Amino acid sequence: MPQLMNRRDLDFMLYELLDIGGLTGAPRFAMHDRAAFDGVLDAAMKLAEQKFLPHAAKLDANEPHFDGERVHIIPEVREALDAYVEGGWMSAAFDERHGGMQLPYAVVAAANGIFVAANCGTSGYPFLTSAAANLLRAHGTPEQQTRYMKPMLEGRWFGTMCLSEPQAGSSLGDIRTRAIPQADGSYHLVGNKMWISGGEHDLSENIVHLVLARIDGAPAGVKGISLFIVPKHRVNPDGSLGARNGVRLAGLNHKMGYRGTVNTALNFGETVPAVGQIVGSPGQGLACMFHMMNEARIGVGMGAATMGYAGYLFSLDYARQRPQGRPASAKDPASKPVMIIEHSDVRRMLLQQKAYVEGGLALCLYCAKLVDEQSIEQDPKRREELHLLLEILTPMAKAWPSDFCLEANKLAIQVLGGYGYTRDYPVERYYRDNRLNPIHEGTNGIQGLDLLGRKVTMHNGAALRLLLGRIGATVKAASAVPELAEYAQALKQAADTAAQVTMTLGQAALQGKLDLFLANAHLYLEMMGHTVIAWLWLEQASKAQAALAGAGAADRAFYAGKLRACRYFFRYELPKAARQAELLARLDDTCLAMSADEF
Amino acid sequence: MKVLVSVKRVVDYNVRIQVKSDGSGVVTDGVKFSMNPFDEIAMEEAVRLREKGKVTEIVAVTIGGAKNEETLRSALAFGADRAIHIKEEGEVQPLTAAKAFAAVLKKEGAQLFLCGKQAIDDDANQTGQMVASLLDIAQATFASKVEVDGSKAQITREIDAGLETLEVDLPAVVSVDLRLNEPRYLKLPDIMKAKKKPIETIGLGDVGVAVEAGTKTVKVAPPPARAKGVMVKTVDELVSALKAKGLV
Ligand SMILES: Cc1cc2nc3c(=O)[nH]c(=O)nc-3n(C[C@H](O)[C@H](O)[C@H](O)COP(=O)(O)OP(=O)(O)OC[C@H]3O[C@@H](n4cnc5c(N)ncnc54)[C@H](O)[C@@H]3O)c2cc1C
Repeated sequence: MPQLMNRRDLDFMLYELLDIGGLTGAPRFAMHDRAAFDGVLDAAMKLAEQKFLPHAAKLDANEPHFDGERVHIIPEVREALDAYVEGGWMSAAFDERHGGMQLPYAVVAAANGIFVAANCGTSGYPFLTSAAANLLRAHGTPEQQTRYMKPMLEGRWFGTMCLSEPQAGSSLGDIRTRAIPQADGSYHLVGNKMWISGGEHDLSENIVHLVLARIDGAPAGVKGISLFIVPKHRVNPDGSLGARNGVRLAGLNHKMGYRGTVNTALNFGETVPAVGQIVGSPGQGLACMFHMMNEARIGVGMGAATMGYAGYLFSLDYARQRPQGRPASAKDPASKPVMIIEHSDVRRMLLQQKAYVEGGLALCLYCAKLVDEQSIEQDPKRREELHLLLEILTPMAKAWPSDFCLEANKLAIQVLGGYGYTRDYPVERYYRDNRLNPIHEGTNGIQGLDLLGRKVTMHNGAALRLLLGRIGATVKAASAVPELAEYAQALKQAADTAAQVTMTLGQAALQGKLDLFLANAHLYLEMMGHTVIAWLWLEQASKAQAALAGAGAADRAFYAGKLRACRYFFRYELPKAARQAELLARLDDTCLAMSADEF
Repeated sequence: MKVLVSVKRVVDYNVRIQVKSDGSGVVTDGVKFSMNPFDEIAMEEAVRLREKGKVTEIVAVTIGGAKNEETLRSALAFGADRAIHIKEEGEVQPLTAAKAFAAVLKKEGAQLFLCGKQAIDDDANQTGQMVASLLDIAQATFASKVEVDGSKAQITREIDAGLETLEVDLPAVVSVDLRLNEPRYLKLPDIMKAKKKPIETIGLGDVGVAVEAGTKTVKVAPPPARAKGVMVKTVDELVSALKAKGLV
């Protein structure tokens, strides 16, 4: 049975590439050591393999359904989540003072990735709950934390994020849900929310909806949006559950993948009032939500990478065992067929997957470590630098794995041939599940706009300069290693080109050609993404090259594999960035200029 | 009552074992290790006995190199109160291990020694029995049920003919089988607490034992690949084929 995750590689990334162990030097993480991190990852693997994985296919085939009264979900989900809650996973990343483990985010993100690889549908519920609890930790009053966050961290209540509406997804400034102020300081919410994951179920005693809405009279656009807590069951002052609140399930959405996480359309305040409390100040709703956005988006990238990884490992295992065909040079038709992994084209598909999934995973873990470094950095200037790096890398951490690790899932299906297209093997499910990731948490189109329109230009390009500085340092070190000099040269070229292209685009923006400036933002995202992944491949190759000489047989193959994948990425993938740079530098308007009636 | 549980660090059961090309052993570098699954069952049983109020202290013991500390950390996370690391970087064969465990058992005055029926690396299935013989105390192997009552224990064991229940006087050695229990999932708070629990590190010499190599590994080879099957058309053909191979 192939593994869900290659622990050797995860260890390589966490300890050899990113030195996560070094975080324990900071007081915030001093209570931990590597053995504790290993213990956490071992425990995650075991729970994921034994409680999440076994019902993944069943959950996909039996999606939650609504009988007009209740939402039914197969019982295995509840069992898995009970074990998850009992294991203390819900609050793993929270501080000890909130009853959490105060683990580095990088370790928690890796563990979460393992649960997603095992069963994304079941994992969805606790991830949403931790995220909702985290929002209240940052912006809730102490009273709101005791009343709502605590039961969520204890796993008794689950949470949701209610942003989207039928008419407003990417453009949240257009949401219409109303919040009507009441004499007692509470609000009554009225409106419709769409796409709400985990919006209705019996898996927990209560559901805490965090809802974006407009207070009557608030200005148009994002500045008029506030955030509210609207529980499914009202909560009495002593914390016990009161009457059902005015949140009604309008219907379920029937999805291509991620079927285990029930997805709902919710109506607020239709007949019964939907009583809510405001979180933070009026008008700060989107700011509160987006405070947590980097971590949410890294989480999406992480899930995309680990689902891609699981598909890669499955197809690799298959390719080693499936006899078919003979080498091109074999003349004798009666000779034994070879395993398909012997065919160069199958190796291409495996190598491409490896380059994508290990590259994507490295980027997400790199970003997760930036979150940790930021949390322990004392020097304000260095903290600001870490913040800027995270800001510029986050749209790539979300979009790149969700585009390219999805591509990897497609290749995994291809490696299995016809078998890959059937539901007897998990690779088609990985593909369907992963297909969500380019869409939610801001579509990849929106990520492109965020990267080029905001992150690159912020503070006069300071974030981009920091990123290029880090890339330059890797280039410099690798240039001194003969085996890596070819890549160092290519990366330097790609980074220089990216800098030039950005200048050209920036000038267009300064001249007021805003539509032209952003017309190819997604292309820019791909170019930058490929450059950043090439950088992280060179970093991996540098570690691998250094470790190779002293390694034993199995580790030698592991490190050699890293070097091969680096070579693949630099020779087959990075040149694509140069082509994209040409189009971008030309301010190409092919797409922009084509009018709707010309299609 | 105090229980001593031995835990061995072995190549993880998920790893596809590879034999070294020179036939001197199996590849262990870059390979994931974890606690012997049968020892996990022994740990779980010790914790359950404590939860039932039958046991007051659980001590985990291991023999092996520096990395064995990881295995002890797992045992502490499972619920051992403290751990003893008998540090030995070289090969340890069952008799050496048994002598060391017997010495620790005696020194600790533990009433029960729980161990896996075998370790999944060498599958020797010897250590528990040897500990009992060395101390001349009762033993019950392959336990599928353990009940402790005062100075005695009732052990149900899996034998070829079915189940057999023995009563042993304590102190005793009990080696555990697969169906005894299902080890729990480690909880994060327990993994964190494990770091604060004491691990005492000693050498084999400290318990008066010297490394003994009673057996010598001559060669390690992978099992022969399965030969290609043949299709037969009739039962007669099958019988003559089996006869030809000397199988019937
Ligand atoms: C399975 C699933 C789970 C979800 N869970 C939640 C949840 O729990 N909570 C929640 O609030 N939401 C959730 N969503 C909603 C999700 O975030 C939105 O679907 C997403 O933001 C896109 O919005 P939309 O579907 O309205 O598409 P639209 O915004 O209509 O976008 C359609 C297309 O137009 C493009 N586009 C839109 N605007 C622009 C622009 N300005 N420039 C360039 N291109 C543009 C988009 O990139 C996209 O390709 C979920 C969605 C799905 C499918």
